[in-house]
Amino acid sequence: MTDYDIIIVGAGPAGLCAAIETGKEAKVLVLDRKQEIGCPKRCAEGLSLRWFKKMNLKPKKEWAVQEIKGAELYTPNGKSIKMKAKKAEGYVLERKIFEKELAIEAVKKGAKILMKNQVIGAEKKDNEIELIVEENKEKKKITCKIVIACDGVDSLTAKMLGLNTKLDLKETDSGYQYEMTGITGYDENLLHLFFGTDIAPRGYIWIFPKRKGTANVGIGIGAYEKETAKYYLDKWIKTQDGLKNGSIIEVNAGVIPVGGFLEKMQADNLLVAGDAGHMVDPIHGGGIGIAMEGGRLAGKHAIKAIKENKFSEKDLSEYTKEWYKLSGNDLKRRLKGRHLLEKLTNDDFNYLVDSINVEEALRIGNGTLTKKDKTILFTKKLITRPKLLKLMIEYARD
Amino acid sequence: MKMTVENDPDKCVYCGGCVGVCPVQAITLKDTKIIIDKNKCINCGACVSICPVGAMKLKK
Repeated sequence: MTDYDIIIVGAGPAGLCAAIETGKEAKVLVLDRKQEIGCPKRCAEGLSLRWFKKMNLKPKKEWAVQEIKGAELYTPNGKSIKMKAKKAEGYVLERKIFEKELAIEAVKKGAKILMKNQVIGAEKKDNEIELIVEENKEKKKITCKIVIACDGVDSLTAKMLGLNTKLDLKETDSGYQYEMTGITGYDENLLHLFFGTDIAPRGYIWIFPKRKGTANVGIGIGAYEKETAKYYLDKWIKTQDGLKNGSIIEVNAGVIPVGGFLEKMQADNLLVAGDAGHMVDPIHGGGIGIAMEGGRLAGKHAIKAIKENKFSEKDLSEYTKEWYKLSGNDLKRRLKGRHLLEKLTNDDFNYLVDSINVEEALRIGNGTLTKKDKTILFTKKLITRPKLLKLMIEYARD
Repeated sequence: MKMTVENDPDKCVYCGGCVGVCPVQAITLKDTKIIIDKNKCINCGACVSICPVGAMKLKK
């Protein structure tokens, strides 16, 4: 007899959704090393409406703090394109409150949550898992049938159980962010995205408003840049009239797995979800929605495993297969898009923004270029820019 | 002389990025502390490259 059926490591969006999915049907424990759910955030807190629908979530004003109707993109030469819809396309969240709501829901379903409990060892014994958990310097052993590792980019649980979830530096971004208040000049109904190899090499700077005058102002850059993410962000903020006199009310940092997708997200008696499984959109680096979907799916497969009493790596491979079908293959296409974006110089970027329309840009980003798009792009719009044309043809070739 | 990786706790915001990129699991994050196992560390510098705030340094 094990202590629990399922132990979920990590009480973030993935872990809590896994707990909500499984709490009714199994004996579930959620462990988290931190002292507070949802804090410190490593996130810009944006969640698009599509995920609200997929996860059957209704935005509540307590945590869906700012309605977002679109985005404004700023090019290296200072131009901007605004895409604004009439209705909400998503929200910026207050994750501390949002995740506590998820935690309350998980406990209502029957799960138990323990904070400041860090997994320091994990071992497979017969057909069960024994975790060594440390709380206030005391170690205890807890057993279960299956572990769902949702312990973020710094996940060690999966590694302890034989699944290599190491981040590939080439496919990892370095992120830094301030939550700022007292800022002016940015429409709070839009996300603001700033591009340019000088200000944010291999990435972008964002302003995600949380209310009028308050926003997450952050940057994501490649791991191999000369200076740190903090350096680039501080430097840029000084150049922005609406920001430079603002106050910083929170400092956040984190790394973002932007495309080193795991071939396998399971091992014997183990599933991984969320950042630990590199479930992040490779273009914008967002991961709340995908993590929630991944956690829910992992929960579904954990219940199936328990019912059938089948926990082998091979039996659990159905989870990875279903995840790729649901989201993974789409993200792989978007990874190709990011690789294309990375090769663009400031000049290319300015040229593209001038010559293509918003819909074409979106289809390039989503990897859904039509034959007609390709013809127009290749024979009319890019013909005078051979390097860009070559890049685009490479990208569009399947 | 052998290089070693060091964490500067004044700069560190304990985001755990270094833990994620370490190829040999030499780094752990406990509360607000980064603990480096010098015996496991191979001084590859991955943690130095990824750190958003420059809190990881290779030292002689």
